[in-house]
This record gives sequence, structure tokens and C-alpha cells, in this order.
Amino acid sequence: MLEVRNLVAGYGEVEVIRGLSLTVAAGQIVAVLGANGVGKTTLNKTLSGLLPVGAGEIHFDGARIDTASPSEIVARGLIHVPEGRKIFPNMNVRENLELGSYRRAKPRRAGNLERVFSIFPRLRERAGQYAGSLSGGEQQMLAIGRGMMAEPRLLILDEPSLGLSPLLVEEMFALIARLNAEGQAILLVEQNVVQSLDIAGTAYILENGACALSGPAAELAANPALRRAYLGL
Amino acid sequence: MYTPSIIAEAVVNGLLTGAVYALVALGLTLVYGVLHIINFAHGALLTCAMFAVWALSDGLGLNVYLTIPPLAVLFLCLGYGLQRWVIGPASHGDDGNTLLVTLGLSIAIENGLLAAFHADTRTLSGDAAFDVVELGPMLLSRPRLIGFGVAVLVAVLLWALLAGTDAGKAIRAVAKEKMGASLAGIDVRHIYALTFGLGCACLAVAAGLLMPTFYVNPRVGNAFVLVAFTIVVLGGMGSVPGALLGGLLIGVVESLGGLFLGESLGQAGIFVLFILVLLLRPAGLFGARA
Repeated sequence: MLEVRNLVAGYGEVEVIRGLSLTVAAGQIVAVLGANGVGKTTLNKTLSGLLPVGAGEIHFDGARIDTASPSEIVARGLIHVPEGRKIFPNMNVRENLELGSYRRAKPRRAGNLERVFSIFPRLRERAGQYAGSLSGGEQQMLAIGRGMMAEPRLLILDEPSLGLSPLLVEEMFALIARLNAEGQAILLVEQNVVQSLDIAGTAYILENGACALSGPAAELAANPALRRAYLGL
Repeated sequence: MYTPSIIAEAVVNGLLTGAVYALVALGLTLVYGVLHIINFAHGALLTCAMFAVWALSDGLGLNVYLTIPPLAVLFLCLGYGLQRWVIGPASHGDDGNTLLVTLGLSIAIENGLLAAFHADTRTLSGDAAFDVVELGPMLLSRPRLIGFGVAVLVAVLLWALLAGTDAGKAIRAVAKEKMGASLAGIDVRHIYALTFGLGCACLAVAAGLLMPTFYVNPRVGNAFVLVAFTIVVLGGMGSVPGALLGGLLIGVVESLGGLFLGESLGQAGIFVLFILVLLLRPAGLFGARA
């Protein structure tokens, strides 16, 4: 479904992603893991068209999207829930969700809104409240809910557990697994290695903008080098 | 000497003038709130609109109020095009450049108008300006009453657009969270241009409302923009209700200032109020604290 070949990208002259390749198949959770600053967020911004592609190719659903604009990419169903949520603080929860279907799935807005409210009953309770007044966990739910309003073919989640309490982190990973069980393809970009490997099918470990290790998540979880580097074991 | 009815009349007259000021300020604050730039071409574009009203009304003999709808549409398109294909590309995403581009644009427009129409001051022919309506003990100018009504109507329409339509919601989304908006599939360049266009459409309406009682020359817009800028800061940068109430307040202050201090000092009251607000409430009446 998503195929990235030898991608090079970054900010102006500064290369952050240096020849990365990865594949996401329909229905999968693919985890992209790595420490701070290895290029995870840059990868996401490049996939969603916010940053230009320096070299390499991005194919999505059989079409090349590496020169497409962010709104064209959204229209194709590649939906990016960004790090830091980036919800609209000056608008209420319902309006935030409605804007999720600004470009895609607009005719089915009412039904999708109902679906998001049933996944996140908390958002229904807060529907009329300003998004800026929500707690961190609620804002993360809202960001994911806004992404789901576009009926994503592939949902990119950038650090969904960042800044949440341990209990909420558990909930967040359970939710991601549940969405995937319903057939949602997910590219999960995380620093939280243990829990991500737990729910992912395939994983890529990034170092210095390139893939250091990749394979089935269960195998990686047992890899001694990885356990030493990321788990301190 | 200042009987209650004289003061009441001054207050009402101030409100009537203030509503049109508010309309000019509305365009300025909308562009600031969404694009985060001060549009220095605002005054020159208002002058353009006033010349357009004058030309259609005096030249072609159209009723001045009938020139408003077509000019509003024309200025919406003009503003859209200016931002999308001139100001946006020329500033390469840097706000500092945008200031210079709009400033340059205002100089070009002003001098273009000067070349085309010379420095003469023109007014609409006819005596509509002296048309009055008797309201209880007050005598009110009919063009100003119409101006007030239309300005309020435009403000309500704009509010409905921002609150109730997808385009309006996208404008509010881009104002506060550009990246989030892009990722929701909103084309930020389109929304910038649309907002700039709406700001220009407000100017076209204001021009149609001003011309019956005012004059036009190639520099006339600047006087209004100085007042509008005061209103925008007073009401809170980027705040639509702030611009409306600020406009009405400034209108009343100017009118009462004129009554008590004499016509020529009326505007001094505006700036005294402005300094007081800056001292006591630096974010403006409706502005978010930084």
C-alpha cells in the first residue's frame, strides 16, 4: 500500500532522511522506532507532503505521491496525525472533527462523526468545548478522531503516546491495536519501543536517517543488539 | 448648552460613522488574524474601491448602493489574486518580506491612481449627503443610517461565514494551526488568498458606504487606515468582535470629542483613548494575552 524507496529528505541543505526504504501492506501495523532526532518526524512530514522529497520515490496505492501537495495526499487517504496533536485550539471539539473531513469523506461526515464519538465517548461529552481546554489525553484522542474522519486508507500516528500518563499510554496502545483489528492500516512512529513492538507486525529501527534494523516485530523484540541498545538489558 | 438631545445625537452619529470604520478595520483584522501580517496596502485598496464607486456612480450614473454588490465580488477576486499570485509568491513565506511587498503595492497603487486621476478631490454629484431622517428629536443623515445598516449586515454575514461554513471553519483553523490544517487537507495558500479577498471585499462595501458623504483623492484611504489600525489594536489584533465594538467605540469617541473639543480636535480623543488602552490593557479589549 505504501512503498518508500531510497528516500532522501530534510530541511533545505540539511539531510535528515538518508536513503530510507520501507513498505506498509494493507491491514498492517508497521512501527518506525528510534531515539529522538533520528528523523522519524521528518519522515512523516515528507510522506504527507509538508516537506519536499530530495531523492527517491514514495508510492501510495499504486500512484507516485512524492510531488503531490498535502491536500492531494489527504485526498488519497494517507492521513497523518502529527506529533504534538496540532488540533485547532480556538474551535470546539465537534468543529475540529468536522474539519477532519474537509477534503475527504465529506458526504459521510455525520456517520463518521458518530463512529468517532462511539470510539471516544469522552469526545462526545466534550463536543461543545474548546479543543484548547482539553487535557493532553483528550487532545490526542481528538487528533486521532480528526484523522479518522477522513476514512484513512493508511493512518500515520506520530508519537501518540508522547506526554501521556502511563495509564493513558496503555489505553492508547490498546486503542491502536483495536483500530487495526477493524482493518485499519497504521504506520506507528514511536519512541516507546517495547509497547510498539508488542502490537506491530513489522518494525523498522531508524538510526541517523536510515534503517538500522527491520523485520517482524516479534523477531526484533528478541534481538539481543536491540535489547541492549533500547531496553538496557 | 449641551442638552441631552445634542449629546444623544452625537452618540448616535458616532455609532453610525463607527460602523463603517469597523468595516474597514474588519478587513484589516481578518487578514492579520489569519495571515499574521499587517496589510499596508489596505488603505490604497480602499482608495481604489472609492474611485471605482465614484467612476461607476458618477461616470455611468449607477445608484451608489447598487455599485456595492458587483464591486464586492470584484474586490474579492482582486484580493484573492493579489495574495495568491503576487504577495504570497513574492514574500517566499517570510513575514518581513510580506510587509515590504504590501508597502510596495500601496505605493504603486497610490501613484497609479495619482497618474490616472491627478490629485484632485472628487465627490459624488447630487445632494444625497444632505438627506436627513427625523428620528424623535434627532435629525440623522440618511446615507449614514444606510451605512450603519449595511455595515452591520456585512458583519453578520461574515460571522455566519466564519462560524457556519466549511470555508469559514478552515479560515479559523488556519489562523491558529497552519500545520494541523494542512494535514486535514486544507490548502493553506487558498485559504490565505480567500481571507485576503474577503478583507478587500469589506473595503469595497465600505467604499460604497463612504462615498455618499465623503470625498475621494488618491491618498484618502490612509486617513481611514490609521483609524482602522487604531481600532484593530484597541479591539485586540485579529479579533472580529473586537474590530466591531472597537469601531463603534472609536466612532462615538470621535463624535463626542468633536462636540466637546471642537470638530478639528475630534480625532485627538481617539488617540487619547488609544494610549489609555495600550497602558491599561495592552492586548486590546478582546485580544488574547500573549
